[in-house]
Amino acid sequence: MQSGNLQCPQNEYIELRRKHYGYRLDYHEKKRKQEGREAHERSKKAKKMIGKLYHKQRHAEKIQMKKTIKMHEKRNTKPKNEKTPQGAVPAYLLDREGQSRAKKAGKWEVPMPKVRAQGETAVLKAIRTGKRKKKAWKRMVTKVCFVGDGFTRKPPKYERFIRPMGLRFKKAHVTHPELKATFCLPILGVKKNPSSPLYRSLGVITKGTVIEVNVRELGLVTQGGKVIWGKYAQVTNNPENDGCINAVLLV
Amino acid sequence: MAAAAAAAQDEAAARDVQRLLVQFQDEGGQLLGSPFDVPVDITPDKLQLVCNALLAQEDPVPLAFFVHDAEIVSSLGRTLESQAVETEKVLDIIYQPQAIFRVRAVTRCTSSLEGHSEAVISVAFSPTGKYLASGSGDTTVRFWDLSTETPHFTCQGHRHWVLSISWSPDGKKLASGCKNGQILLWDPSTGKQVGRPLAGHSKWITGLSWEPLHVNPECRYVASSSKDGSVRVWDTTVGRCERILTGHTQSVTCLRWGGDGLLYSASQDRTIKVWRAHDGVLCRTLQGHGHWVNTMALSTDYALRTGAFEPAEASVNAQDLRGSSEDKKPLARMTGHQALINQVLFSPDSRIIASASFDKSIKLWDGRTGRYLASLRGHVAAVYQIAWSADSRLLVSGSSDSTLKVWDVKGQKLAADLPGHADEVYAVDWSPDGQRVASGGKDKCLRIWRR
Repeated sequence: MQSGNLQCPQNEYIELRRKHYGYRLDYHEKKRKQEGREAHERSKKAKKMIGKLYHKQRHAEKIQMKKTIKMHEKRNTKPKNEKTPQGAVPAYLLDREGQSRAKKAGKWEVPMPKVRAQGETAVLKAIRTGKRKKKAWKRMVTKVCFVGDGFTRKPPKYERFIRPMGLRFKKAHVTHPELKATFCLPILGVKKNPSSPLYRSLGVITKGTVIEVNVRELGLVTQGGKVIWGKYAQVTNNPENDGCINAVLLV
Repeated sequence: MAAAAAAAQDEAAARDVQRLLVQFQDEGGQLLGSPFDVPVDITPDKLQLVCNALLAQEDPVPLAFFVHDAEIVSSLGRTLESQAVETEKVLDIIYQPQAIFRVRAVTRCTSSLEGHSEAVISVAFSPTGKYLASGSGDTTVRFWDLSTETPHFTCQGHRHWVLSISWSPDGKKLASGCKNGQILLWDPSTGKQVGRPLAGHSKWITGLSWEPLHVNPECRYVASSSKDGSVRVWDTTVGRCERILTGHTQSVTCLRWGGDGLLYSASQDRTIKVWRAHDGVLCRTLQGHGHWVNTMALSTDYALRTGAFEPAEASVNAQDLRGSSEDKKPLARMTGHQALINQVLFSPDSRIIASASFDKSIKLWDGRTGRYLASLRGHVAAVYQIAWSADSRLLVSGSSDSTLKVWDVKGQKLAADLPGHADEVYAVDWSPDGQRVASGGKDKCLRIWRR
């Protein structure tokens, strides 16, 4: 019996019919087959359709589906032998973040192969001397330099190159590229200045200069058991601008 | 011997040297003989002759003499120079018998045993000194033949790094613990696994300790400590966990099975707990450490490893020395290290304590009072592990700077430097017969050092 009341919602007639007469005899079969066809129909439509949002949604669904399939596959297969991680340490070193500093450094690239050469007028400034300030044979170094421990100036009348005390440095901040740690190490000497051998003999330190530093603090040891106390480092900043020497340790 | 002493006395009298009344006393305070007259410049050799005569033993025993805690090295007079001496009172000279045998310092590397494909993490000689076992990051335990210095057996079975190994006191079994919390037992003569794997810990094993031989000669029980904060006692014949001792709130870093039926466990929660081994009841909790307790040693450690016993205990990290096992209070607090202390060990005669620290030094302390004796410096990086020689005269230390150093304890200086490893040295052990030292490290090879 259909309800004669027009006030009832219009969408309940299907349910009502089902309650009264039951399902169609082939209903379940048809439904099953329709659901089976659904994937194919969707795919057919998607191939022809132009609809950005629809495709976006479909793509997301596909990804999810692939993930679940993979997970099911994994469940069925046996787990293969996982490789044990590298870096085995004894029990007393587990749980510790800061490592012991003396590590054998591996190979790494030379940090700065090419550096801009410094012209002589940039590094050496002509100083006028003499009663009438006419003579200009003296030069003053305008960059940071390193003089050794036993350095004494030549008699002022005869010294050609002046290295001001304010620009003399003894320590450099050296970074170990593997440990990513920086140490303040005393400089032992200037090995090579890329601009000119004259600057090396004067001890001028500019960007790209290779210096020798005292690494006793790092506690490195050779295979033969000898303690390494000097290593080369290359300067990475312009010390005259920053007021400090930053360098990177070389292998 | 008395004749020699008398001869010395006559000689000294002839030279008109100051004389003193001395009385020999042993470490426990027992008096030996009666006070007698000696010249002030008497040397330790002559004192030894006299003392041996008084002890009336068949074989003369080497002795060391101490006056007010200062050892008599050259002559009695020299030692007394620094001290105020009343010539009217009888002076007490304390004699300490030293080990009769003498272990010679190892000086050369006789072989470098390759085989492990990852860093060697633990090394141990069997109590008899016949076998050598090593555990590594490549998950295998390897046995090495000491007479030919070649590999003997490779034992697979663990699935993660083998963190700790421990020989049973009778030397017939080896227990190894891995980072997955699994413990396996091995037979050194065949290289095969014995029994079932002992699983139960949820995190990695930090220490293993067998029940001492004198309590149970069949070596049935082994205790294991783990990062999960529990200590488990396993029955190795059946292959199951006998008891679980929980109580620590953080990782248990060190475990020792004492000779009097007590289990000592030290933990990162700054306490040491003492448990009764046979029923697992907590007896005492020792507090006082300011930070993680990294390591612990019993004065009976060496004796339990090789033979008989006598109990006392010390625990470390800003070291605390605790008196007999009944006490709750620390006996002495030994400070001085500037970085964390990685290992502390009593000497085999339990007279000296050595502590290895990350501040690159090893410190020696008196074994009974905790008084500071000396610092041994020489390493250029953190000292990881130390091992005593069987006669307590030599100490070997392995460090992060890839060298091993042998120290003369009596002279408190370096005896031999042993370079050779290519990378950090993680484990060292001295064989109980004093012949060999074995060391393993990050460079994946095991080195054997001999005289």
